[in-house]
Amino acid sequence: MPHDHSDHPHAVLPSDPALRVKALETILTRKGLIDPAALDEIIDTYQNKIGPQNGARVVARAWADPDFKAALLADADPVLAELGYYGRQGEHMVVVENTAQQHNMVVCTLCSCYPWPLLGIPPGWYKSDAYRARAVREPRKVLADFGVTLPSETAVRVWDSTAEVRYLVLPMRPEGSDGLDADALAALVSRDSMIGTALASKPLGGGDPS
Amino acid sequence: MSDCIDLSAPEPVFQEPWHAQVFALTVSLNEGGRFSWADWVARFSQTLRRNGLSRELDGGADYFDAWLETLEAILAEAGNASPQEVALVRRDWEEAYLSTPHGDPVHLAG
Repeated sequence: MPHDHSDHPHAVLPSDPALRVKALETILTRKGLIDPAALDEIIDTYQNKIGPQNGARVVARAWADPDFKAALLADADPVLAELGYYGRQGEHMVVVENTAQQHNMVVCTLCSCYPWPLLGIPPGWYKSDAYRARAVREPRKVLADFGVTLPSETAVRVWDSTAEVRYLVLPMRPEGSDGLDADALAALVSRDSMIGTALASKPLGGGDPS
Repeated sequence: MSDCIDLSAPEPVFQEPWHAQVFALTVSLNEGGRFSWADWVARFSQTLRRNGLSRELDGGADYFDAWLETLEAILAEAGNASPQEVALVRRDWEEAYLSTPHGDPVHLAG
């Protein structure tokens, strides 16, 4: 409810769920089960430090460095840990590569498991019933909603995330991206392209005009 | 029931401060060993499934409503925060807000 008169005699009362969360935080702090400073650190991390830019860096490096890519696809955890990207919840990361033969798409039909260290907090649509149900049932139609049309010979494989295993899509390197440096390559990699609901962008200006 | 995936929804990382708070609380409790992430996911997905039976969940506010509902249930069962305790402290916070002049920081009395 809008509730923002400037002539309020008292502080604006937060919503019911906000008050319940404050109550939980107070109770758990009093019992020594949590440290409010640790909560602030977690929020700062997920709000400001972790996001799709992490995943984009990994993708750009995989495009540029075949050995890195091979290691990443074979066993992502140690490769990512070396870059400082590891699952705080102990989950395993699996990177799946898009090719002309197979396009990969990630969903969590259970809830919203997601590769947090590489992509941050999932967008609203990833958590919606509509995406979670339809991604498995009719992935090509979902891709069409996102404006992605694949050649008919490209198979679509949908990966269902769990608490233990989170997937990251390695999109195909776009045409016209030869000779770009790591930052320029990473700029072509959107969050959605690493979930598999988009393709990597083509570089502006350069490359094949078709 | 709409099958539309709403791509145009605005997407801050957390739509509301309390979403961030309840997320951080949960991550912190998990990291402190209060429950495993697999257990969390099992319970949370049960809540989502139950809530989704009566209406289509849009992944926005209803997602964190389900999150909070799940965390409250887990903490109540573990004896870490009973519904009675939560109700009492929630009331204290409410009173603190209502008795604090607008613009001043809000603290719990005592």
